Amino acid sequence: MILALQLSHFSAAALFALFFSIVFGITQRNDPKEMLKYGAYCFVVAMAGMFLAGWAMWGLHH
Amino acid sequence: MAKTETSAPETQTTSAAVPFTRMAALAPAVAWLIPGAGHLMQKKWIRGLLIMACVAAMFSFGLAMEGKIYQPNTGDLLDILGFIGDFGSGALYILGRIFEWGGANITTANADYGTKYIVVAGLLNIMAAVDAYHIAIGKKQ
Repeated sequence: MILALQLSHFSAAALFALFFSIVFGITQRNDPKEMLKYGAYCFVVAMAGMFLAGWAMWGLHH
Repeated sequence: MAKTETSAPETQTTSAAVPFTRMAALAPAVAWLIPGAGHLMQKKWIRGLLIMACVAAMFSFGLAMEGKIYQPNTGDLLDILGFIGDFGSGALYILGRIFEWGGANITTANADYGTKYIVVAGLLNIMAAVDAYHIAIGKKQ
């Protein structure tokens, strides 16, 4: 393939969280305001989970 | 006899709660084939465009990261599940197969992420198709 995108672990996970949060927000709530809130919530939880998992793996490794 | 009398209104209530219209049949099928189109055809413009952008972007990023597109298979369970996820992308998957997009093997971590991006794009599209169906039957606004 000509185009080979190289993303860091962090940016790949952040981008992933952004996309799935948007779709989750839209599909899991009825009201537009609630959609926005739930999407933001999903994104924050995913990012926080990523940081926690990252530190947990660092702890296991050291 | 009495049993028949009681069951008839219940059936009517159930069918009245979920009316199966032409839109209810079309919306999920179109939504699967073209990501976001199920919402767009029901005049949910912003939601439709956001879903279209997210699914298409995830699929494209996955390809750009040299992710693998699974083919129909009866081998390893994870390969079968990978195909089911990929197939959820509808036309994007079909185009990917026709033009043989995607990496052949998952050799790097980046390609592994790309493969997951493509699978999840399909899974999100299935969620969006179900959502389009819910809008069509009036379960959701």
